[in-house]
Amino acid sequence: MKFVDLERVSLRYGEDEDGTLALEGTTLGVQSGEFVAVVGPSGCGKSTLMKVVTGLWPPTAGTVVVSGQEVSGPLSIVGMAFQNPTLLPWRTTLANVMLPLEIVEPHCRNLRRERARYEAKARDLLALVGLKGFEDHYPWQLSGGMQQRASLCRALIHDPSLLMLDEPFAALDMFTREELWLAMQDLWLARHPTVILVTHDLREAVFLADRVLVMSARPGRIIAERTVQLARPRTLDMTYQPTSVALVHDLRERISVARAQA
Amino acid sequence: METGGAAATETRPRRARRRKPLMRRKMQRRVLPWLVIVLLFVLWELVVGAFAIEQFVLPAPSAIFASGWQWRGPILDNSWQTFMTTAVGFAIAVVFGLLSGVAIGSSTLVYDGFYPALIGFNTIPKVAVIPILVIWFGVGTVPAIITAFLLSFFPILVNVATGIATVEPELRDVLRALGASRWQVIQKVGLPRAMPYFFASLKVAITVAFVGSIVAETVASNKGIGNLMLVASSRFEVPLAFAGLLVTSVMGIGMYLVAELVERRMTGWATRGTDTAVGFPG
Repeated sequence: MKFVDLERVSLRYGEDEDGTLALEGTTLGVQSGEFVAVVGPSGCGKSTLMKVVTGLWPPTAGTVVVSGQEVSGPLSIVGMAFQNPTLLPWRTTLANVMLPLEIVEPHCRNLRRERARYEAKARDLLALVGLKGFEDHYPWQLSGGMQQRASLCRALIHDPSLLMLDEPFAALDMFTREELWLAMQDLWLARHPTVILVTHDLREAVFLADRVLVMSARPGRIIAERTVQLARPRTLDMTYQPTSVALVHDLRERISVARAQA
Repeated sequence: METGGAAATETRPRRARRRKPLMRRKMQRRVLPWLVIVLLFVLWELVVGAFAIEQFVLPAPSAIFASGWQWRGPILDNSWQTFMTTAVGFAIAVVFGLLSGVAIGSSTLVYDGFYPALIGFNTIPKVAVIPILVIWFGVGTVPAIITAFLLSFFPILVNVATGIATVEPELRDVLRALGASRWQVIQKVGLPRAMPYFFASLKVAITVAFVGSIVAETVASNKGIGNLMLVASSRFEVPLAFAGLLVTSVMGIGMYLVAELVERRMTGWATRGTDTAVGFPG
């Protein structure tokens, strides 16, 4: 069964015909527990796609179905992480990670009673991404990569069945980025949420995803789809295997074609 | 992280060596302002003496202090009165400023509706309102409190509204994607985010509230330090008027310092400086 199902979705910013058409007739399906990456030329509506799927923006046309229900408003089963870690500077790392628990049902009702249990859970999650010992540090005391790890933990703490990642590793240097790919893979293998990752890094897409979707230039549509056949858990070396390199090359080609059409 | 630890141990001896001059610079920073003030008074005294300036034009600091000591009873009484009117007006401004700031910052509808009217209201010179206040409430404490409130209300409102209205869209999306209500977004992100703006505005607000109550006392009161200065100058007791002036500036500085202390206590995360960087993880 498809967990996320977009049927000919269009989205136009602004009310009249002059508004920017960001998505046009986008159809895409994501299986439950699948890791899907969306790549495409810059400004092709990838971030808009995220907003439509999470219900933050209603589509102008078409239907969005998540978990068997048509999306009509913001979903509460989603965890999100962005290029910018967006941690709250007045909260410690631990308190930042626990923020979703204060909002999402049923956790927010149980939080007062079972604080210790939730805290232990948050600490475990932080340890999983290598932030053990930094629970009581403030965001500005962490490096960019560490902040992004904490941001991923925040996106996952409430066990969301859908994880939306909008270029979460784009602002990091190459080595930190690769480290975080591994951390992300560990998180995914441990919990198997459905993930939609928007990225412009093709190696990243190939390393992390089960399936890579290529979007056209604005207005965005899915124009190609490639399945990644690498076994899990994957290693960074695998991205340099001939099959992976060929796949990256192929994806690159698709995007060049998409850009040329723009 | 390991490399960070190594770097920290490496720099430690250097930091220890640098500590002594740092302490001295800290001492300098603490002493220097006082030195400047004392020097100014000395210079003033010398100028008045050298040019034989008449006391009713510019009294010497020694005369001012003497007069201040002589009239210490009334000065203290009236200072207390001014302090109370300022504090009450300021407190009301904090409550209303916070509430209306939250309302205006969190709703574009309220913002669009009320902001132009508020700007219009703020451009009215508050001194011009005092006679009207006197008609309504009579001469005395109430017009002074209201003037203090009117002057200090706006900076608080604008700052709180700005802090709440400028919440990063991504952050709002994170919370909304969790199913957070509008109020939850304000409560978890908007309000804490607005706090540095709020406390910064308190420094401005307390100062203008003080100005407001003194102006109102000068124009329409029979109590307070403003009134004391007015009476003193009408009797040509110029040293006493200056003594009143000195007391007001001391009180103003005191209130400002308290506001700053509160700010630093409450929102240290926003003004993390070089001091906190010492606690950086190894």
